[in-house]
Amino acid sequence: MNVGYVELAIGSILISNLVLAKFLGLCPFFGVSRRTSDAVGMGLAVVFVMSIASAATALIYRHLLLPTTPEHTNLLGALGLPVPEGGYVLILKTISYILVIAVLVQFVEMVLRKTVPTLYRALGIYLPLITTNCAVMGIALLNTEAWRDPANGLPVHLATFNGFCGGVGFLVAMLLMSGIRERLAELPVPKAFKDLPIAFISGGLMALAFMGFANLFGIAV
Amino acid sequence: MSDPVVTYLVAAAAVLGALAVAFAVLLATAHRFFRVHVDPRQEKIEEILPGANCGSCGYGGCAAYAEAVAKGEAAPDRCTPGGPECALKIAEVMGVQVSGFLPKVAVIKCQGSCEYTGDRFRYVGEADCRAATATQYGQTACPYACLGLGSCVRACPFDAMVMDEATGLPRVLEEKCTACGTCAEVCPKNIIEILPKEQYVHVLCRNKDPGKAVRQVCKVGCIACRRCEKVCPVDGSAVHVNDNLAEVDMDACINCGKCVRACPVNCIGDFRQLRKDAQKRAEADAA
Repeated sequence: MNVGYVELAIGSILISNLVLAKFLGLCPFFGVSRRTSDAVGMGLAVVFVMSIASAATALIYRHLLLPTTPEHTNLLGALGLPVPEGGYVLILKTISYILVIAVLVQFVEMVLRKTVPTLYRALGIYLPLITTNCAVMGIALLNTEAWRDPANGLPVHLATFNGFCGGVGFLVAMLLMSGIRERLAELPVPKAFKDLPIAFISGGLMALAFMGFANLFGIAV
Repeated sequence: MSDPVVTYLVAAAAVLGALAVAFAVLLATAHRFFRVHVDPRQEKIEEILPGANCGSCGYGGCAAYAEAVAKGEAAPDRCTPGGPECALKIAEVMGVQVSGFLPKVAVIKCQGSCEYTGDRFRYVGEADCRAATATQYGQTACPYACLGLGSCVRACPFDAMVMDEATGLPRVLEEKCTACGTCAEVCPKNIIEILPKEQYVHVLCRNKDPGKAVRQVCKVGCIACRRCEKVCPVDGSAVHVNDNLAEVDMDACINCGKCVRACPVNCIGDFRQLRKDAQKRAEADAA
C-alpha cells in the first residue's frame, strides 16, 4: 500500500499513538507529566529526536541493511562487499539503530550547546534522557513495519515525517496527561492511590478512549 | 558452521565496526569544533549544591547558580537549603572567604485563626488558596488574611509546614525549614516572608485598613494605635506604623519584646522562646 502524508499523520498521532496505543515511552510519560510546563518541554524534545532518529535510521535501513532493489541500492553491495539474501537486516537492525540514535543525539546536543544555547537550556536534561527511550527506538523500528511498506520500509522523507508525527502524538498524550494530573493533585485521592497509581489508572482510561480512533477513515493500524 | 554464514557474520561485524569508527570520528570532530568552554570550578560547585533547583538563590536552578558563582557574579552563600557547610565548600572552591552565614526561616504573618476571625461566605471550590483568592479575594472576613486551604503546606518541598487543625492556620516547623522561599512564592496573599532567624519579633498581621475596620473582622489584627512605637526603647523607634500597619525595622530592632507586651490586640509575635527551646533541643540531641 502506498502511504501518503495524511495517512501517516492520522495513523501515528491518533490511531497508533505511541504512548496510548503502543505503550511505548511510558517512563517519561509518567515521570515528566506532573507539570504542564515540563511536559511541553519533554514533548518538544521527543518530537525533535524522533524526527532526526527516523531520518537517520531510515537511511541506514534502506541503503545499508536491505539488499539492492529497484528503488534503492545497498551501498555495501555497490562497494563490492558480500550481501546475504535478506540483507543485513536481521543481524544488524537493532544494534545499528541504537548506535545511530545515540550518536545522533550526542552530536545534536553538542551542536545546540554551541550554536543555540537558549534552546539547549530550554530542552535541558531531557535531550540526553530520551536518547535511548524505547519510544524513539520504537518509532525507528515501526517505520519498517509491514503495513507501512511491505518490502522496503518507508522512504526517508516519509520516515522522517512519520517520526515527526509520532513525536507529536507523544506530545499530545503528554499534554492531556499533565492536564489531568495537575487536577488530580488537588483532589481527595485515597492515600494508597496518590501520585503514580491514579496516574496509571487515568492513563489506562485515556488509552481506552483512544481505542475509539481505530480504523479512522479506513486507515489500517 | 557453514562458509556463507561465517562470511556474512564477519561482513556484518565489519560493517558495524566501520559504522562505529565513522561515528566516533564524527563525534570527536564535533567535540573539537563545537566545544563550549566550561569552567571546571562550575562543575565542582554544581556537585556541592543540593540539587533541589528551588531557586531561592535567585537563579533559575542549581546549574545557573553554579555558573554565576564560577563567573564571580554571585556570592557563594546564596544557597539557603545548602546552608553554611555548602557555602563554606563553595568558598573553598572559589578561593574566597565567606563571612557569617545568615540562617533564615519562613514566618507566617497572620494570626487569623477560627478563634479570632470568621468567613464572609462559604467557599466551595478547589481547595487551593490561589483558586480561593480568585473568588472575591477569598472567603475570610479580612481580605488580607490567611485562607487556611494549605497551598503553602502542599508546596513545601521539605515537608516543613503543617496545617494546624485547631486554628486553621499553617505552622512552620522551623527545624526543617530551609528558607527556600517556595511557600512565600505560592501564597497568593503574600503572608509568608523569609526572614533572618536572629530576628525574634515580628508583627503578625498584614491588614492595611484603618483600625475600626480591622476590629470588625479580626480580634488580633493591627489597629495602628502606635502603642508599639511609643514603648520602643530604641532611638527613633524600631517599629513603624505605615498605611495603618505596624512593621518592625529589623536593622534597628534589639528584640527586647516591649512592643509585644504593649500591643493591645496581641498582634506582635515573639519567637524567642520557641527558637531558644528548639536550639536547646538540637544541642541536647547532638550531645
